[in-house]
This record gives sequence, C-alpha cells and structure tokens, in this order.
Amino acid sequence: MFSTLLQEGLDDGPDFLSEEDRGPRAVNVDLQTDATLQVDISDALSERDKVKFTVHTKSTLPNFKQNEFSVVRQHEEFIWLHDSFVENEDYAGYIIPPAPPRPDFDASREKLQKLGEGEGSMTKEEFTKMKQELEAEYLAIFKKTVAMHEVFLCRVAAHPVLKKDLNFHVFLEYNQDLSVRGKNKKEKLEDFFKNVVKSADGVLVAGVKDVDDFFEHEKTFLLEYHNRVKDASLKSDKMIRSHKNAADDINRISSSLYTLGTQDSTDVCKFFLKVSELLEKTRKIEARVAADEDLKLADLLKYYLRESQAAKDLLYRRGRALVDYENANKALDKARSKNKDVLQAETGQQLCCHKFEKISESAKQELVDFKTRRVAAFRKNLVELAELELKHAKGHLQLLQSCLGILKGDT
Amino acid sequence: VCVWGQAEPLNSNGQNSLLEEEEEEEEEGEDLFTGSLSVPLVLSLSRSLSLSLSLSLSLFPSVSLSLSLSLSLSLKATEEVSLDSPERDVLLSDGPSPVTPPASLISPHLPHNHLYTHCSFDEMEEEDTPDLFDISILVSDPEKTSMSLFKSPQATVRRRFSDFLGLHGKLATRYLHVGYLVPPAPEKSIVGMTKVKVGKDDSSSNEFVEKRRAALERYLMRTAKHPVLLKDPDLLTFLECSELPRALSTQALSGAGILRMVNKAADAVNKMTIKMTESDTWFEEKQQKFENLDIQLRKLHCSLDSLVCHRKELSVNTALFAKSAAMLGNSEDHTALSRALSQLAEVEEKVEQLHQDQAGADFYLLAELLADYIRLIGSVKGVFDQRVRLWQRLQDSLLLLQKKRDAEAKLHANKPEKLQQARDDIRELEGKVQQGERDFEQISKTIRKELFRFEKERVTDFKEVIIKYLESLVQTQQQLIKYWEAFLPEAKAIS
Repeated sequence: MFSTLLQEGLDDGPDFLSEEDRGPRAVNVDLQTDATLQVDISDALSERDKVKFTVHTKSTLPNFKQNEFSVVRQHEEFIWLHDSFVENEDYAGYIIPPAPPRPDFDASREKLQKLGEGEGSMTKEEFTKMKQELEAEYLAIFKKTVAMHEVFLCRVAAHPVLKKDLNFHVFLEYNQDLSVRGKNKKEKLEDFFKNVVKSADGVLVAGVKDVDDFFEHEKTFLLEYHNRVKDASLKSDKMIRSHKNAADDINRISSSLYTLGTQDSTDVCKFFLKVSELLEKTRKIEARVAADEDLKLADLLKYYLRESQAAKDLLYRRGRALVDYENANKALDKARSKNKDVLQAETGQQLCCHKFEKISESAKQELVDFKTRRVAAFRKNLVELAELELKHAKGHLQLLQSCLGILKGDT
Repeated sequence: VCVWGQAEPLNSNGQNSLLEEEEEEEEEGEDLFTGSLSVPLVLSLSRSLSLSLSLSLSLFPSVSLSLSLSLSLSLKATEEVSLDSPERDVLLSDGPSPVTPPASLISPHLPHNHLYTHCSFDEMEEEDTPDLFDISILVSDPEKTSMSLFKSPQATVRRRFSDFLGLHGKLATRYLHVGYLVPPAPEKSIVGMTKVKVGKDDSSSNEFVEKRRAALERYLMRTAKHPVLLKDPDLLTFLECSELPRALSTQALSGAGILRMVNKAADAVNKMTIKMTESDTWFEEKQQKFENLDIQLRKLHCSLDSLVCHRKELSVNTALFAKSAAMLGNSEDHTALSRALSQLAEVEEKVEQLHQDQAGADFYLLAELLADYIRLIGSVKGVFDQRVRLWQRLQDSLLLLQKKRDAEAKLHANKPEKLQQARDDIRELEGKVQQGERDFEQISKTIRKELFRFEKERVTDFKEVIIKYLESLVQTQQQLIKYWEAFLPEAKAIS
C-alpha cells in the first residue's frame, strides 16, 4: 500500500523537503563533499517489511569500473558494512561512523490499522483527515530513515582512511545481492555475551588512569556527555510527542466547531465556521512545529548519542591497547629479570607499543574532529530550529490576527 | 441601583407585555409567579454515559410513585456526574458528611462588573454540612439607576457554598415550573472538597477552589442578568444580607434530599410515558435544535478536555527537557555551544510556562463555558418537559371533565339528588380546565420569551469568549516570537 508513497506523498503531504536543501541531506554532519567520491541515496522503496535503498555513487577513482553507478541495498547490508569496520583491527584508532538505526514503521502501521478499524465511528471528513495525517507521518519516518542511512555512507566516504576500504567499495559497486543474512539466534547470543564481556572489560579499562591529560579529559567528558545526550534525547522525544497530541486535539475541535457552525442558525455560526477554519490551519502549523523540532532537535540529539557512543568505543579500544602495552611491559620486565623468552617478550612489547601509539595518534585527531563536527552540527541545527520556530510563530500570529480582525469587525 | 455595567437597563415597573419574538433590547418585568412547590434538579451525566436527564419535579399528591420500576432509573438518575473530569460528583451522595469545612473568601469576577477577587483560607468552627466554603461577593455599582431593589450600591457578603445551592433551590422552586430558565448552580464535589478539607495545600486543591469560585461567579452573574430573577427577594437577600439562614435542605441525607431523589425517579418514569401531540411546530423545532446543540457541545467539550490535558502534559515535558538541555549545556566543553544550550534551556522553560497558561485559558475560557451551556441546555429541556407536564395535566382534566359530563347525563336520568353534586363537580372541573389552559398558554409564552433571551445571551457569550480565547492565543504566539528572537543570535554566535 505504501510502495508508491514516496512519489505521491512528496506532493500531497506537508512539504518537508522544501526547507531542507535537496543536495546532500546530511543535516547532522558537516561534511566536505569530496569530488573523488560522492555517495547518496537517490531513491528508496518501502515494501511490506523492508526498505530498499538505491545507493548512487559518483566517483573518479580508478578502482571503480564506471564513473557513476547505482546499486540497491537493504538495511542489513549497511549493518554488515558497519560491523566489518568495527571488527577490523586496522581501524581501531578511528571513530567508526555509527550504524543507521533499523527502519521502524511499526508504530505508524499500528496506528493505520487502528484507524481502519475505527472507520465506522467517525465522519468521512474526519477519516480522510486522519488518514492524511498518518500518511504524512509515515512519509516523515521514511524520509528520516533514508537520511540516516545516507549520512552513514557519506561519513564513510568522507573519512580519509575508511573510504578506501575494500568492503565499502564492494558495497557500493557489487550490483548483486551481498547475501548478507541477518544474524541468527546463535550469533545474536554470541553477540550478547561479547557485549557483556566488553562492557565489563570497559569498566576495567576505564579505571586505568591515563598519563595523557588530553585523553583523560576526553574520557570523563565523553562519559558524562553521552549520558546527558541520552537523557536530553529521551525528553525531547516526549515533548515532541505531547506537541503532536495537542495538535491532534485541535483537529478534532476544528471538526466539532464546523458541525456546530453548520447547525447553528444564529449569528454565532459565522464565528464557529471561521474559528473552525482557523484551527484547521493552526493545527497544520503546530504539526509542522512538532515535526521541525523533531528533525532539528531530536534527531540531532539521537545522532550525537550514537556518535558519542562510537567515540567512547574508540577510547575503550585505546584504553585496551594501553592496558595491553602496560601488561607487555610488565611481561618484558619479568622476562628480563628471569632472563627467559626475552626476545619473545620484546617483540610482543614492541607490537603493543606500536599499536598503542598508532591508535593514540589517530584517536587524538579523530576526537578533535568529532568536537568540530559536533559544534558545527549543533550550531547549524539550533540556528535552523530557532529560525523555523520564528517562521511558524509569525505565520500563526498572522493567521490569528486576521481572524480576530474579521470576527471583531462583525460584532 | 442595578448591577454596574449591565447591558440591558431594567425597568422596575412590572408590566405584562406580550413579547413574542420582538427584537428590542429591553425586556420588561413580569409578575412573579408563585405556584406550588416544585423542586427542580438539573442533571448532567458524564460523557461516558452521554445521557442527560433534566427533570423538574412537582410535588403533586396525585403523582403516584411506582418506585419498583424506577429503581434502576433512579440509580442512573442519581449518578450525577459533573463535567469536570477529575471530580465525579454525586449530588445525592450517601457518603458521610465531612466534618470541618474550610472557608475561603472568594469574590466572583464578573465581566461586566468591578469585582475584586480575594481568595484565602480560614478555619471555620465545626459544622456538620458537607461542601461548604465561604465566598465573598463584591457587587460594586456606582451607577444609580431606577432599580430601587438594591439597598446600597455596594455589598460585601460572605456566603457558603450551600447558600448558593439553597438560593438556586428557592429560585428554581418558584420559577422553573412556570417556564423560566433558572441557571443551574455548580455541583457538589465530594472528592474536591475532601482534598481541600484535608488541608493539602497543593496545586490540585487550589485549582479546585479556583474552578469552583469561577463557576459560582458565572452562576451568580447569569442569574443576576435574568430580568425576572433579579427582582426576586431571595436573590436580593442573598446579595445583600450579612447573615443568611442556613440552607439545610441542600444536604444529601435530609428529608428534602430524599424527597428529591424519589421525585426524580418518578419523573423519569413519567417522562417516558407521556407522549404529547405537539400542535406548535415552533416547539418541536426548538426541541430538536437543542438536542443537536447538546450533542455537539458535549463532543466539543470532550475534545477540549483532551486538549487541556495534552497541553498540561506538553508543559510538563517541556520543563523536563529544559532541565535536561541545561545539564547537557553544562557538560559541553565548547564554551559558546555550552552557553547556547543553556540559553535553549531557558527558552524552553519560558515556553513551558506559556503552554501552562494557554492550557489555563483553554480551560477557563472555553471548556467551562461549554460545561455551563451544557448544563443550561439541561435547564431548557427541563422547561420543555414542564410544558409537556402541564399539557398532560390539562388533558387529564379534560378527560375527567368529559367523564363527569357523561356521568351527569346518566344521573340526570336516574338519581336527580346527586345531580347538584355532579353539576358542582363539573363546574369545578371546568374551572380547572380553564385554569389549565391558561397555564399552558402562559408557560408556552414564557418559554418562547425565555428561549429568545437565551439565544441572544448565548450568541453574545460565545462571541465574547471566542474573541477572548483568540486573543489569548495571539498573546502566546507573540511571546513565543519574543523568546525565539532572543535565542537566535545566541545560536548564531556559536563558532
């Protein structure tokens, strides 16, 4: 039923896209578009329970067969790509761009089902209105998930090292199914245990005091920041949902007033009709405000929640390497004192040292970049949020004042 | 001396004029009808039941109470639930009477009058009656008109809630059964009063007091605006006398209360059985119209309640978010961003207050108005029902007369000594029939006039409230613009 929603919805529903630039839709990241590799999601199709993204690449790099090509990818394949980065030892020193969240249309689908069931109990206008709203909501969720997948790809493409990754190129170019199946139960269980071990280890590692001030500071900062972003993200979601609920109520009030107005034979019927019309329009504005807040504020917070987690993961990896290095040092000392397996210990220590230093170096740069990106994204979004709020409030005010003028003039 | 600022100057000379559907502003007073005692009760049931039974009873000895049938009805009839959602009222409750009623001074703030509101809590001595608290009313009126009914231009009196109910009872008794629309009084609320009495000084009990105060004020104002009711001596005493005898008959378990319950039940039955052949299409039309209006108003009220609820929720959630954003700003180590986030938190805090105020306006302006009108329509229905009842009485008398006449004809032949008796009876009955016809005509006339006035008042009320509401919305938006405009440069200053 929704497969063609993207095409028709873009014209019918509230025009979200008119306010965002149609170019790179990466609203939460400040990326320099590199001419050598440009990736975007040009199209998306929503089928029963999966979404098919059309990944479009433009590249001047020699290792691709063509300069411009497209493939169709599903969410699982994005996850596969992300996981391959995480598991790659070479990339331990980088902040791996967070994986996009799974497309979740369950809530929307449920609401649509409820609407279908309750069709008999409301008037035809109300039904069509609510259906339109739900479709608009579905479209909004759809656009969001497309945007998030795109941001992931763009981040990878913009990263000087990751963009050269072979898996990434396969992802972009191989125009057949990657046969990436989702993890089965056994693998999910393994993952679960791995996570448990990892978080326990993480606590251990985090307890080790770092010599380097920079990293020590970053560690404490990131921990606190991550928690607070999580909290802010939750609260902003709740706030926006209340806002949407209030807008829905205004819709119902508007219909009631309309009925009242048509039934009434006295002077006041004009009032009712006019106010009903007004409320129709203000409801649309309120819904837009909620949607914009969602886009600029809630999404921003959610994204940085994920990024700060990725940064924390980087610090963990470095911390792990540090612990390994220190252990290797201890082992070397022990070996030297016992004068046994010294060479082995030495090579081990050298490896650890090398690994640690490599991670530290790139981590420093990554964290600095992270901060720059974060500040830029917040700035952009907060400015846009304020501007949109102002725009809507002014529009709302104008509507109200003109309506008031008409009504007062009548009395 | 009349109520200051009243739109319609009242003539003190009562002249009966035939006012069918005249368009003039002024209305002339009429003679007061004192009829038999009838206790009206206006009920409105909760939205979940979506029924409204409005009954005006008359204590006629001839009314037979079939209690067995009406028992199930009485359960429904007595479940009077107010339209205020958190408090479920049971006017005729069986609960124990709470002991110490607190007293609060409230003065109604009437739109046309200079009324000062002052709310405080006092402790009253031990009383046995439920749901009482003091109200102080200031009716200030510097304008001197020909209304000689008020002793002085200003009066401050302290009144208990039960006094209001008592006043309403008296007015209804006198006027409802002849077709005047007596505005219904606000309802008792066990839950609300208990909270207040327990002494909880939190926002919900304050809200309750404020809601009640506003409701009483509107009630009084509406009553005072009615040209006939204003002249009622009881109302005047109420407004002016410093000491008022306690209105005990408003208590639930008093004799009057139980009698009310019983009569209500009887009436419900009667209403179902009476079928009137309406000769006047005007009445039929109006009744239908009021039915529709009632349904629509209820629906609207329901949606408004939901809106108030969600706005309050929104305000709470915005406050939570503001705190969270402030914390985030604290932990952010980039100074400009940190400052901007703190500013965002401040903006959201202010927005939260806006939402709260807006919810208040939604409620006090719109929702309460709708609730009032839903109850008023109940009153209208009661008045219609009274007319039907009068018609029924007339029909009964006519039938009886016919029977007596037939009997007389028979007696004429058989027992001449009983003839005189029969003839006297017939004459009496004829008088009754005439009176009945007169009553019926009178009530129809009164109702027409009352409905005309009601419609006019309704139109003005709604227009006024809608405009006020829109103005409140305008103000909200203007404030929003101010706040975001202040924030924008802060956001831009992040480097």
